[in-house]
Amino acid sequence: MAAAETRTGTQLRNGAASLRGLVRPIPLLLAGAVVFLALGSTFSTIFAQQTVAGLAQGAVYSSLALALVLIYRATEVINFAQGEMAMATTYVAYQLILWGLPYWGAFFVTLAVAFVFGTVVQLALIRPVQHKSVIAIVIITVGLFILIDGLVAWKWGADIKFMPSPFGQTVYHVGGVPVAQEDLGTLLVVVISVVLLWGLFRFTKLGLGMRAAALRPDAARLVGVRVDRMLAVGWGLAAVLGAVAGLMAEPAAFVLQPSFMQPILLYAFSAAVLGGLESPIGAVVGGLALGVFLNLVGQYVPFVTSEIRLPFAFLVLLVVLLIKPSGLFGRARVRRV
Amino acid sequence: MTALLELRDVEARYGPVQVLRGVSLEVPEGSVVAVLGANGAGKTTTLRAISNTVRRSGELLFAGEPLGHRGPEAIARLGVAHVPEGRGTFAELTVWENLRLGAYTRPGSSLRSDPGRVLSYFPWLEDRRNQEAGTLSGGEQQMLALARAFVQRPRLLMLDEPSLGLAPVLVTEIFRIIRELNEQEGLTVLVVEQNAHLALQLAQTAYVLEVGRVALSGPSEELAAHESVRRSYLGY
Repeated sequence: MAAAETRTGTQLRNGAASLRGLVRPIPLLLAGAVVFLALGSTFSTIFAQQTVAGLAQGAVYSSLALALVLIYRATEVINFAQGEMAMATTYVAYQLILWGLPYWGAFFVTLAVAFVFGTVVQLALIRPVQHKSVIAIVIITVGLFILIDGLVAWKWGADIKFMPSPFGQTVYHVGGVPVAQEDLGTLLVVVISVVLLWGLFRFTKLGLGMRAAALRPDAARLVGVRVDRMLAVGWGLAAVLGAVAGLMAEPAAFVLQPSFMQPILLYAFSAAVLGGLESPIGAVVGGLALGVFLNLVGQYVPFVTSEIRLPFAFLVLLVVLLIKPSGLFGRARVRRV
Repeated sequence: MTALLELRDVEARYGPVQVLRGVSLEVPEGSVVAVLGANGAGKTTTLRAISNTVRRSGELLFAGEPLGHRGPEAIARLGVAHVPEGRGTFAELTVWENLRLGAYTRPGSSLRSDPGRVLSYFPWLEDRRNQEAGTLSGGEQQMLALARAFVQRPRLLMLDEPSLGLAPVLVTEIFRIIRELNEQEGLTVLVVEQNAHLALQLAQTAYVLEVGRVALSGPSEELAAHESVRRSYLGY
């Protein structure tokens, strides 16, 4: 009896879902964008070049945006220090390379350091005020921003440092389009990090526990999930993603200085909001879209010079939010009570 | 029968409001015990005191171990599965992920090694395994919560108002499953319920709470025959 009743219920719901699927505008829009980029790339070499470079830049935004989203989902605040944490870990890599470690050795040691760093920040600074107020956490992250900035400048100096790129200067020709090895490498590293992270959340017990802890901490405790530990691990993972962003952003910026992650944090913030702030996929797509869009606009629209790139990014963000306040991938959840 | 769970003079408060004023009760191993009472009598708070999700004091013993300062996670790991009011299912996770969370505290995954056991009680879960739990009906969510608690392989299952907001047919179905879990799996159950009629049929022992104290207790048949219980809770 109950089974029959619920089965028709499911069919109805599935029917409704597939109907909605047909007219869902966002995937359509994205598919359109991909077709546009592919077509444009076959017609114009410069267009193709700018698209690939934009994807590489966007990948960096995606990575940091994803870090912001991870923290937002778990702690419900924007970690304003995320970019500076990434900057600090990039200096760690710089130091390790100075000490003679090969680049990729330094890369992985830095990721480990970043994980510990993120965990310690959560345990020492965030946890004590976690249940008190959201604004307290926000202020702590802002304070952390300034603290890290100062500490890095004190330790390494505020002057410009030079760090080698992990990728060579080779330029490949893919169907006549010159593609920099650096862009491909950046894309590849970010894609691998994101896929690994997705797998962790999707398939492992730790990932399931982290998702449960972020969604409903009280209910998670009742099934034995150690929520505090999960939140600390979450901050650690976010810091690792940030470190990847920092390390991949540095070669494009050519120089290392304490402020180098600040514009990238703003782009990442836009990407995260564009994607819907709660949505990891949204953050990744938002970052890539922003990177490509800004590059193409910079190429083809004369008045968008590098000086007004950032304000222009925010203009786009504003327009998107006016049309769809929950962001591209934010959704009003269907809940049955 | 020895007591699996024992509460002696347990008090609990939300801020300045004292809700439990000295509750003592025993849950024998292998039995079903019901806690009855009007709204605000402290039924839900009793369960929350056991899983330490409310500020409480007094003596709480589970299998001889004091629960004292153990956190909710640790108490779950001792073998107490608490299905809270509102079911505690994760709406955003799939049905199967909810079940995997049940197995969270078990070494390895009891779900992977033995999905048949939970599916024999809840066969429909198989078809719905990839559906988001939030899209299930209220009755289905209650069953999922029950299934998840069962996957936890607890020594004590605590249910808070399993009948709340459900159609009578589903309520009967859920109580049938609870009875089966008790009889076939030997699972000890502590159930809080507004529907005194069903609860007294299911439980061997029952406690009636009134404003944070145990007003009456005893074997279910005796309570069902008791004048004031009949009038206040059974309505005849």
